[in-house]
Amino acid sequence: MHQVAEEIKARFHDAFVRATEFRGDLAVEVTREGLLDVARFLHDDPAMDYDYIVHVSSVDWLGEPVRFEVVWEVYSVLRRHRIRIKTRVPESDPVVESLTSLWKGAEFMEREVYDMMGIRFTHHPDLRRILMPDEYTEGYPLRKDFPLVGKGWRDTFEFIDGGNPIAPTPPAPGR
Amino acid sequence: MSTTPAQPPAFTQKKLPLLRTEELMLNMGPQHPSTHGVLKVVLELEGERIMKATPVMGFLHRGVEKLAEDGTYHQFIPHTDRLDYVCAMYNNFAYVRAVEKLLDLKVPERSEYLRTIVAEVQRIIGHLFWLGTQALDIGAMTVFFYTFREREFLLDWFDQLCGARLTTSWYRIGGVERDVTPDLIAQLRYFFKAFPPKIDEYNVLLEKNRIWIARTKGIAVISAEDALSFGLSGPTLRGSGVEYDLRKAEPYGAYDQVEWSVPIGVNGDTYDRYWIRIEELKESSKIISQCLDKLPKGPIMADVPQIVAPTKDRVFTNLESMIMQFKFFSVGFPMPKGEIYCGTEAHKGELGFYIVSNGEGKPYRLKIRAPSFIHMGAFDHMSRGYMIADIVTIFGTYDIVMGECDR
Repeated sequence: MHQVAEEIKARFHDAFVRATEFRGDLAVEVTREGLLDVARFLHDDPAMDYDYIVHVSSVDWLGEPVRFEVVWEVYSVLRRHRIRIKTRVPESDPVVESLTSLWKGAEFMEREVYDMMGIRFTHHPDLRRILMPDEYTEGYPLRKDFPLVGKGWRDTFEFIDGGNPIAPTPPAPGR
Repeated sequence: MSTTPAQPPAFTQKKLPLLRTEELMLNMGPQHPSTHGVLKVVLELEGERIMKATPVMGFLHRGVEKLAEDGTYHQFIPHTDRLDYVCAMYNNFAYVRAVEKLLDLKVPERSEYLRTIVAEVQRIIGHLFWLGTQALDIGAMTVFFYTFREREFLLDWFDQLCGARLTTSWYRIGGVERDVTPDLIAQLRYFFKAFPPKIDEYNVLLEKNRIWIARTKGIAVISAEDALSFGLSGPTLRGSGVEYDLRKAEPYGAYDQVEWSVPIGVNGDTYDRYWIRIEELKESSKIISQCLDKLPKGPIMADVPQIVAPTKDRVFTNLESMIMQFKFFSVGFPMPKGEIYCGTEAHKGELGFYIVSNGEGKPYRLKIRAPSFIHMGAFDHMSRGYMIADIVTIFGTYDIVMGECDR
């Protein structure tokens, strides 16, 4: 196991779930309760020194018992190492602690996760929709059960021939 | 009976307060020409001073990440052109590099060199575009004509290379779409022989221009710690004195085969970022000249038939290749299970792709780490305390493109 992952496992035994390494990328999954402590350790500890936030993302594992996965990826400019912190949140209670207090850039990135996947962040300074309109209530677009096509104002078009948009145009009136 | 002469009405002066002090809300955009697309900013002003600036985004949201989940890995390449539409080549590069990392695929050496050359040409185009439009926003119109003269030459070069000027789609998973001709190399050599004096031409107009200095020095200052905490990257981060360039930190392409350096700013203001971009123009020309000298011979696509599409002459003459081509573009090819993040130093900053694969021919989840979006997160922090007139400078200092920001 990676050195950083072992360090996390030793310090936060209850929070640690698993660590994976794939193509040189280290990913550590932690519990939702222990997330903030682990992140604070990664940010503040001089041996870790993860000072640069890369991205915040989310994955919808539709059909699995704990549906959503929230991903923070951070990097240390001084030590040149990166880590992906992941945590799972259930569909019934998609709430997770915000990491804006540690990395300021997380504010916009977490807003995007909220907008696209509907995961709410506690202690977030300004949790509003960011890319979709503020008054949008039809759901969260990047969820797997959100349809790819067929939602929106195009469905309200009144087509001439019984709703078939590619119906042949009626022949021009003859002489 | 005498009438009293008409009296003028009594002049009563209502005492008005001379100074009204209250905060003014001002909508800037989304149709403001200096917003580089459709971005709206709600400004809270005290006089002309900005107290708070709230960016409102999403006017150009097209759901690219959702579309990616519907198509094969190859079908997403043209979508990446439309992210940062002024610098399509680098988006292609960042995306194919991410997919190659997921596949653990090594591309031939000639392809690596070609990719590096074209990516640096794209970086020069991007910086020229930035320089011209930023100067235009601030009020210096001449620079725009100068930079677009060179940009036009390079876009025509792209046109000859791949048939498109802006939406190029030249990179492929496993290599590049087509090779350069000797004529194209000669054109590029000719251009870069004449390019350094042209950089001086821009500098003569700006470097010691009093208006340019007054409008850029000390504007949009951010400290190194804040810049890192906000996740800024590219010239915006390096202007604050942080030496972070993915081309050096995690070398890819042929960047570790050639000699070049990373310019670093001191003050973290717009002028330093301008200086960095000018220096990067020089560094990029150095990289391209060395790559052209070293360009090895060999294939341009990796020899992995499962991943690389068959060539057109085989498709039109060979039945198996025809079937292969059909399967390739309709079903895709199986990918290893796993998740990767791969960042690439585009000219705006770190453009990254986070891909989650469940083993199918389509990405399960594809997240784009767009530098423009993340730079907008620091907009409020960087614009507080400045004047309204500085807003266009602060927009421009990130080199923002809304197609990438809203995705």
